[in-house]
Amino acid sequence: MLFTLFWTFFKIGLFTFGGGYAMIPFIHSYAVEKFKWISDDEFLDIIAIAESTPGPIAINSATYIGYKVNGVKGSAFATLGVVLPSVIIITLIAMFFMQFRDNQYVEFAFQGIRIGVAVLVLNAAIRMYKKLEKTPLAYVMMIIALLIILFDILPVILLIAIGGIVGIVNQLIKLRGETK
Amino acid sequence: MSVRLLFELFITFFKIGLFTFGGGYAMIPLMSDEVVSKGWLLSEQLMDFIAISESTPGPFAINMATFIGYNQQGILGAIMATLGVVMPSFIIILIIAKAFHKFASNKYVVGFLSGVKPVVVGIIFAVAFTFLLKSIFNIDILNILDVEFHWSSLLIFLTVFAMSRIWRKLHPVYIVLVSGIMGLIIYGFIL
Repeated sequence: MLFTLFWTFFKIGLFTFGGGYAMIPFIHSYAVEKFKWISDDEFLDIIAIAESTPGPIAINSATYIGYKVNGVKGSAFATLGVVLPSVIIITLIAMFFMQFRDNQYVEFAFQGIRIGVAVLVLNAAIRMYKKLEKTPLAYVMMIIALLIILFDILPVILLIAIGGIVGIVNQLIKLRGETK
Repeated sequence: MSVRLLFELFITFFKIGLFTFGGGYAMIPLMSDEVVSKGWLLSEQLMDFIAISESTPGPFAINMATFIGYNQQGILGAIMATLGVVMPSFIIILIIAKAFHKFASNKYVVGFLSGVKPVVVGIIFAVAFTFLLKSIFNIDILNILDVEFHWSSLLIFLTVFAMSRIWRKLHPVYIVLVSGIMGLIIYGFIL
């Protein structure tokens, strides 16, 4: 059982390029349809968990499904499985590929690729913006956060913590308003 | 091998893992704060690595931790950094696995996330603008007088951006490929 967990998540880690949300359909087809480790409802829970806790969705879901199947040991095997392909592949890249980085033509290609990367990040921002609940407060916070990072005014961790605190205060005020 | 550096790798990536909400790209400024400022990576290398990470399997956070860990302290460094970035999620999920519904509807959790989400979107937009200014105009936002504009860079940007808006489901690896090939042709053979 532990080996099946390990091997399944190893495959999930190996075949999801681009990480993150690309993994969701894979996890569904293995964990829900094939092995029936978790139900559809639990699967939706996992996505909600991944969104409401820090860290990559791959790790969050491996840990959660592993735990459901076989406790803490299950978590450890599933997480190890999903992490290992990256560790192996990236170590190989760090060992061999980076030798080509000084090649002039590779550098030209990467000059173009950096623009491609900027587009990828811009698209991710647009995607997340569309999903955002658009209250006036959310707009204000988003724009202030943008400016703070753009001009490097506060460290990111502090900014996220302040955002969270503002959110909590706002939520408590809202709840108090509802009970009155 | 330095035990102190191994420990520093673990702690740094633990911090990164703990504060990464909203997936991979939200961690880029945190990476810059933690990793570029320590001299473990140049900011151009960070962009190159995002491309490598998008073209290889696995989550960005893991790829990044492994790569920097390996460059600093070999295989052991890769393991320590990866362990560090994984650990916060692992621990948090184990703690809440039993009582997830209670966790998700807790008013503090709901409030915290409602505040973090718009901040994260703002952060990712800031990263996108920083990268665009840097790659198209060669502008460092803190040193705005030093502008160099290249039509060729704008051409690459418009091409791949249009591609990604027309084919919404296009896999990131194609963006990396097309921009790489255009870069090679334009900078290598035309200019």
